Amino acid sequence: MDVISQPWPWYVGGPLITLVMFFLYYFGKKFGISSNLESICAMGGAGKIHEHFNFDWKKSSWNLMFVLGTIIGGFIAFKFMTPDQAIVLNPQTVSDLSEIGFENAGVQYLPEEIFGLDALLSIKGGATLIIGGLLVGFGARYAGGCTSGHAITGLSNLELPSLLAVIGFFIGGLIMTWLILPLLF
Amino acid sequence: MKNIRFIILGILFGIILSKAEVISWYRIYEMFKFQSFHMYGIIGSAVVLGIILFSLFKKGTIKNYLGEKIELEAKKKGIYRTIIGGIIFGLGWGLIGACPGPMFILLGRGVLSILIVIFGGLLGVLFYHAIKNKLPH
Repeated sequence: MDVISQPWPWYVGGPLITLVMFFLYYFGKKFGISSNLESICAMGGAGKIHEHFNFDWKKSSWNLMFVLGTIIGGFIAFKFMTPDQAIVLNPQTVSDLSEIGFENAGVQYLPEEIFGLDALLSIKGGATLIIGGLLVGFGARYAGGCTSGHAITGLSNLELPSLLAVIGFFIGGLIMTWLILPLLF
Repeated sequence: MKNIRFIILGILFGIILSKAEVISWYRIYEMFKFQSFHMYGIIGSAVVLGIILFSLFKKGTIKNYLGEKIELEAKKKGIYRTIIGGIIFGLGWGLIGACPGPMFILLGRGVLSILIVIFGGLLGVLFYHAIKNKLPH
């Protein structure tokens, strides 16, 4: 049972992601999560605000079902497959995080400083969550895809736009991690 | 209900990303700090196998469940949209350590705060379409 309860190494996780992608294509679909954000907007009546959202989101219901599955999968993994919630981090990462104000890095699955209840109820914490979401949603649609659509699918298809987008993802992520996070926390 | 197969694939995807710790903020931070091979190994191995898989799709060696050739959609071109859009996305990814897939998986873990992130994500999509015509693509 150790295989189930232990964290899975990269050489298990990566190939399994490709396997899921294979089945999506095998069943005549594609692999792209961020387009669901569009469908959810359309479902919620965003067509009243902007004509773009007047498309028939029911055609993407298979993808919304996929997302529903990921929520269930997250629940199953959390409840039944992860007895130890700690994340084993590089000691250097732990000390770097401690320097910028993140205590006990890796003791839990997520940092309290961002996802904890205290953070949620503070102005800075709430703003961090909503701005983070805004940037991801805006950027994904502007770039035409996210990690699944560009980094995995697009690169697998040797697409130049996806290579550019992934370079962009990294520029943004490096700026945030090295320059902005130390100022925020 | 033929969509049940996609729920099952979603469940698998949620479990895989949870167990491989891809949905942990710490793993994303560690990746951008170049302090672990883990995330590079995951994305890299998925892409290498994906390249092989897609070449088999293109050759027609692997067909879909109806026995038809699998067509791969080309991504929209544009230097500005990919680079600038990518940078904006990356800023958000580095800040909250979750891209769209993990946002929903984290919801399944009962992380309440992620509802605010998802709400922000939806606002971001609305905002993009509201100003799309003014942006360089």
